[in-house]
Amino acid sequence: MGVDAELLFYALQTGLLLGGFYAAVSVGITISFGMLDIVNIAHPAFIILGAFVAYYLNSTFGIDPLLSLVIAAAPAFLLGRLLYKMYYYAFERHGEESLQGLAFFFGILFIVEIGLILLFGVDYRFVEAPYISTTFNFWYVSLPLRLVIPLVVGLLMVTAIQLFTSRTFLGRAILAVSQDPGALRLVGGNPVKIKEIAFGVSIASAVIAGPLLIIIQPVEPSIGRDYIGRVFAICVLGGMSSLRGTVVASMIVGIAEAVTATFGGPAWAPAVAFSLLILTLLLRPEGMFQR
Amino acid sequence: MGEAVTQSAPVLRALQVTKRFDGFVALDAVDFSLREGERVGLIGPNGSGKSTFVNSLTGVFPIDHGSVLFNGTDITRLTAWQRARLGLARSFQLPRPFKSQSVRQNIEIPLMFAVGQTNPDRIAAEAEAILLQVGLGAQSRASPKSLTQVELRKLELGRALAAKPRVLFADESMAGLSDTEVDEVLEVLMKLNAEGISIVLIEHIMRTVVRFSERIVVLVAGKKIADGDPREVMSHPEVERAYLGQ
Amino acid sequence: MSGRAMRVATARPIRRRWGRRYLLPLATCAAIILATFAVADSFHIEYAYIASYPVFQYVVLATAWNILGGYAGYVNFGIAAFFALGVYTSVVNYLTLQLPLPLMILVSGVIAGIVGFGMGYLTLRLKGAYFAIATLAFAIVLNTVFNNWYFVGAARGVSVLRPPAPYFFGTYPRYLFGVMLGLAVLSVLIARAVEYSWIGRGLATIRDDEIAAECSGVPTLRLKLIATTLSGALMGMAGAPFAYYITYVDPASAFSLTTAVNTVAMPVIGGMTSWIGPVIGALLLGTLEQVTTVTISSALSVMLVGVLLVTFVALAPRGILGVVKALWERRPWAKP
Repeated sequence: MGVDAELLFYALQTGLLLGGFYAAVSVGITISFGMLDIVNIAHPAFIILGAFVAYYLNSTFGIDPLLSLVIAAAPAFLLGRLLYKMYYYAFERHGEESLQGLAFFFGILFIVEIGLILLFGVDYRFVEAPYISTTFNFWYVSLPLRLVIPLVVGLLMVTAIQLFTSRTFLGRAILAVSQDPGALRLVGGNPVKIKEIAFGVSIASAVIAGPLLIIIQPVEPSIGRDYIGRVFAICVLGGMSSLRGTVVASMIVGIAEAVTATFGGPAWAPAVAFSLLILTLLLRPEGMFQR
Repeated sequence: MGEAVTQSAPVLRALQVTKRFDGFVALDAVDFSLREGERVGLIGPNGSGKSTFVNSLTGVFPIDHGSVLFNGTDITRLTAWQRARLGLARSFQLPRPFKSQSVRQNIEIPLMFAVGQTNPDRIAAEAEAILLQVGLGAQSRASPKSLTQVELRKLELGRALAAKPRVLFADESMAGLSDTEVDEVLEVLMKLNAEGISIVLIEHIMRTVVRFSERIVVLVAGKKIADGDPREVMSHPEVERAYLGQ
Repeated sequence: MSGRAMRVATARPIRRRWGRRYLLPLATCAAIILATFAVADSFHIEYAYIASYPVFQYVVLATAWNILGGYAGYVNFGIAAFFALGVYTSVVNYLTLQLPLPLMILVSGVIAGIVGFGMGYLTLRLKGAYFAIATLAFAIVLNTVFNNWYFVGAARGVSVLRPPAPYFFGTYPRYLFGVMLGLAVLSVLIARAVEYSWIGRGLATIRDDEIAAECSGVPTLRLKLIATTLSGALMGMAGAPFAYYITYVDPASAFSLTTAVNTVAMPVIGGMTSWIGPVIGALLLGTLEQVTTVTISSALSVMLVGVLLVTFVALAPRGILGVVKALWERRPWAKP
């Protein structure tokens, strides 16, 4: 292979690996924004929160980030439910969620970010785990575990949520709510309760993605902002509420970023997702995949 | 629809209007025409495409196929506000008042934007006159939030009227109203019609529509299945089936 | 199209007698400017100007944001983008032509206004939530561009030396203070004029119900574009003097999230439906922030803004203005 082709090959490889992680990051937005119609722009802040939970548990107790992922899931689910309750009682109940809800989540984003700065400062933090510096190589393929593990966990997460929404009663109820809140009430379900649970799942998925992020790269409180573009770009690109679409869109964004970083310089990467988002919104607001 | 166009030139015509949502055909090649000063009832079961039809003709969303003519001019590509300025007004089935403005200010908006009046004193005076006409004279300074259901219906009509329309789509829902309230709304509509406004009444309650209309159009599953004299239409077998089968 | 359809947006209501409409506000503004100068001068320290500059900057930003956000209900998170356009217009000017600041403010306004128009044209057809996300996206794309633009120092930044202050103002901080105070008054006048004009009436119907507005003849897209352009232009103008205020410009300071959150928080806290709301919010919150920054810490003071934003939006969505109005309507001495 020539130099350029080789570079491209490595970029594709990294992009695909990153894409799996992006799926983990975005699946929550697909639930909250795509299915529940809640514009949670604070979603990335919860990813960073999760990353710092992993950092804290790792640096003080030496807990493996993958274990902290399990530890953080339940409290995060409860946090999500609480947040939805606040959101529901303050806005959705009055039908005033659009403008005020946006400002609300913008404030939450800011509070989490500044809170993390107050607690941990603005320096980059990282975790220690045996697998972070391990890389498997064969032929032209190199598989660093710090990217493979997030990919695997991310895909597992999306699969689990896919199974949850298609196989369980609760999951199907969430899909039903996303299509027609009134219909569910007719069969005796409580849409508010169901949205609360779904939002809990969404926040939990964000917090779970945090430890994965800090396995991939060092983290500081404000990098969450880069993920605002990514998650919404992926959600819209993937057709809003389609989980399969989310995975494919994640891969596309991952590859686009890796290729840009390789050929245009890493400093341009943050603009990729946003440009994709703007393009998608302008050209095909309904996304590329229908449910 | 032969008999509908013989008497005078139609003010509004829809030709083969088709609208799809995600592959679902909400309107399937519907033809429609409305004469100057005519009172037409548009009926059909729930989900038959009545509101989609109104939205398509008033420009709330673009149609996929077909064309709309107003006074012989093609308005298919015009936006809703451009159509409102031409004289195509509507009320909404679920009232949609401007909540942050007073009842009179609600009426002033079409006077300012659809009619293009600029003198504030005249706008205010005319808005008051319209409120009297629809029977909301006493609520002029109230907030729409304090209005009852029938008053909101009247506000909808008043706001449509303030656009000085030549055609009015009255997308009504009088199901919750008492008989006298229904009469009140119908009376307002008859008064407007007497002033030369062509009216298309969209309503569920059959009695009301039959009482009001000179002609009735029936939509079922996005298709027009009947169009003509109220009594004839009501005895049309397909219409009977659509309604009794409900 | 017929003649009636072509007679576009000439509706202009509520023209009050011109003395009350123009003379009174202008006289009030002159009095406010003179009084503010007198107060700031009375401290006899440069810090009075430096500390109050951000407060007036936020009056401009909050007022500008509210023209689209408050009047029309379209949330623009791209504040930092417009502000930074102004900042970097100044920086480019500093590195090249070194034209005087007032001229640069004007140029910044034009550039940010054009960009606002372009962004609006592309995104205002989207539903409100998508619009908000697109504006946020726009800010980050622009941030990335400036991070990579080496002429203006890229991510490292560039330092800007203050030229001598114009004669009347004495010191440069006093000059900047005066410029920003003037801009604040100007933007409030513009916002007030918009609110009471046919544009403001139209924007309010968009906030209430966009489809009903369209069907009442309101050219919604056109009005939103006017609002976005005006709002963007004013934000850009607020950015131009900032380069000389901080004297070291990098993307992190020009695109600061704190600026964006403050700008959203102030109208929300003050009240979004009228021009006075953002002014109240900016004066109160801006002052509070300056005080807490000095007495406690800057991180805590921005934290306070976030908490206030969330609290107000959840508990008092109509802001201070709404609370005062509600209290006034329930005043015990009122006649039944």
